[in-house]
Amino acid sequence: MGFRRRKTEEAVFRVLMGGATAVVAGSLLLILGTVVVKGLPALDLAMITQTPKGGYYLGKEGGILNAIVGSLALAGGATLLALVLSLPVVLYLNIFRRRDSRFAVLTRFALDVLWGVPSIVYGAFGFILMVFLGLRASLLAGIIAVSLLELPIMARAMDEVVRLVPGALKDASYSLGATKLETAFKVIVRQTLPGIVTAVLIAFGRGIGDAASVIFTAGFTDRVPTSLLEPAATLPLAIFYQLGTPVPEVQRRAYASAAVLTLLVLAISLAARFLGRKLTKNTIR
Amino acid sequence: MFLLTAVPGALVFLILFGLVEKSRGVFAVKSIAGVLFGTAWHPLRGEFGLLPFLLGTLWVTLAAMLIAGPVSLLTAVYLSEYAPRKVRETAKPVVDLLAGIPSVVYGVWGVLMVVPLVRAAAPFFGATSSGYSVLAGAIVLAIMVFPTIIHVALEVFAAVPQALRDASLALGATKWETVKHVVLRKGRPGIIAAVVLGLSRAFGETMAVLMVVGNVARIPRSLFDSAYPLPALIANNYGEMMSIPLYDSALMLAALVLFAIVFVFNIGARAVLVRAERKAE
Repeated sequence: MGFRRRKTEEAVFRVLMGGATAVVAGSLLLILGTVVVKGLPALDLAMITQTPKGGYYLGKEGGILNAIVGSLALAGGATLLALVLSLPVVLYLNIFRRRDSRFAVLTRFALDVLWGVPSIVYGAFGFILMVFLGLRASLLAGIIAVSLLELPIMARAMDEVVRLVPGALKDASYSLGATKLETAFKVIVRQTLPGIVTAVLIAFGRGIGDAASVIFTAGFTDRVPTSLLEPAATLPLAIFYQLGTPVPEVQRRAYASAAVLTLLVLAISLAARFLGRKLTKNTIR
Repeated sequence: MFLLTAVPGALVFLILFGLVEKSRGVFAVKSIAGVLFGTAWHPLRGEFGLLPFLLGTLWVTLAAMLIAGPVSLLTAVYLSEYAPRKVRETAKPVVDLLAGIPSVVYGVWGVLMVVPLVRAAAPFFGATSSGYSVLAGAIVLAIMVFPTIIHVALEVFAAVPQALRDASLALGATKWETVKHVVLRKGRPGIIAAVVLGLSRAFGETMAVLMVVGNVARIPRSLFDSAYPLPALIANNYGEMMSIPLYDSALMLAALVLFAIVFVFNIGARAVLVRAERKAE
């Protein structure tokens, strides 16, 4: 191949790559920009401090406090449940089992499969589980469905950090007479705390933004939930329903709600990064 | 702890079991082929042909991947091989941040910008379209999976030893030739895994697609036609499904199909990765 042709090929692909990067960056900026530009002007204090009043979906006053509180309670409960499940799983896999043991390999594979399962399937399965347990669409049922969705996200993120703990640290702990359990909870958890917090917040962010898993299970209501057995509104569904009305005023509130949700999720992501760097007080390097 | 650790594995079987158990009702009346390849969807008359929805999902996902695959891989190559260090280090967290934007937000954006755009563009291709179409779904979906593919691909490229690149450059290869013959070849299994991960994310995505794709239960004939993907079918009909016989069973079957396909993707991607690791050893 002639030198000039090789140079041309180089140039062509450089342009393609530049173009692709511009497309990615541009479209993502465009999304954030649209949400902010359309959403912020429609946002006022009433939106985030009031529940929907009568006729809210026809353009009367009120706000989406029900959905904000519902989403926080739902994602909070689900994250707690997922943490209680996934932390022991990750510690067990890394401390009590060898990496290449069949059980560990199968469990990691199961987590990979669960990670890829669409949230609508968790919604359907959550619904089956809910009927089986004799529950109605409620905060609790939503928490269960979302915790299933969050479990693989959290467990995989934690596994990534826990497996990086140097073997020498474990050996040092054992040689001081600590049992495996003590090593796991007192040494490993402390050492990996920043990573664990990041994993928890990532899962929380995914949980709060997911709509498909809660359609079936959490229901929707205009009131702020006061017990686990009441239905709960969620922000993604509130956005969806408001956008679905033919009233322009309500549609504008959907944009405002989208801005609220986006800012919430971005704040959580930023907190995850920040805490991931800060919480290193007990970390041995 | 042992018991807890068995939970993920058990959960896979439990989901499978639950969905199979619930979707059996429909098979008591219809044949498997009749449901999966039937084209008539009239729940009131007891007809549950899933083919339009399966094809709807397939069209939207494939079109999305045709956009997202090349664009995100080119971006990943640029960020990893060409971009100055500073750009790369800022781009990484931004990409991860964007992966966390809720799908409903992508949907809102799709309704605001992509749908009108497609509606306006359709006449230039000799088609008329409401805008709520396969193409709109594909564009929104493609943008949603950019971060997923780019993130994994960046990790894959970073794992290619610098010495290999140096050797190629020292032999007089241009930068692009080095990328083509060394980085992309060495990273091929990882790239496949990245694309499959993006694919399975796109495949089951519900809300964003549902909002822009039109939801008409017909097999789409062109990119400008409406489609009705499986996840949207499940999400839209939750309200009615308990009041019509076998309806819930048919929807659970739809969920089962989604689950089964994701499962197969995963095993496929894993097989590729394991084979690559063996080869490397």
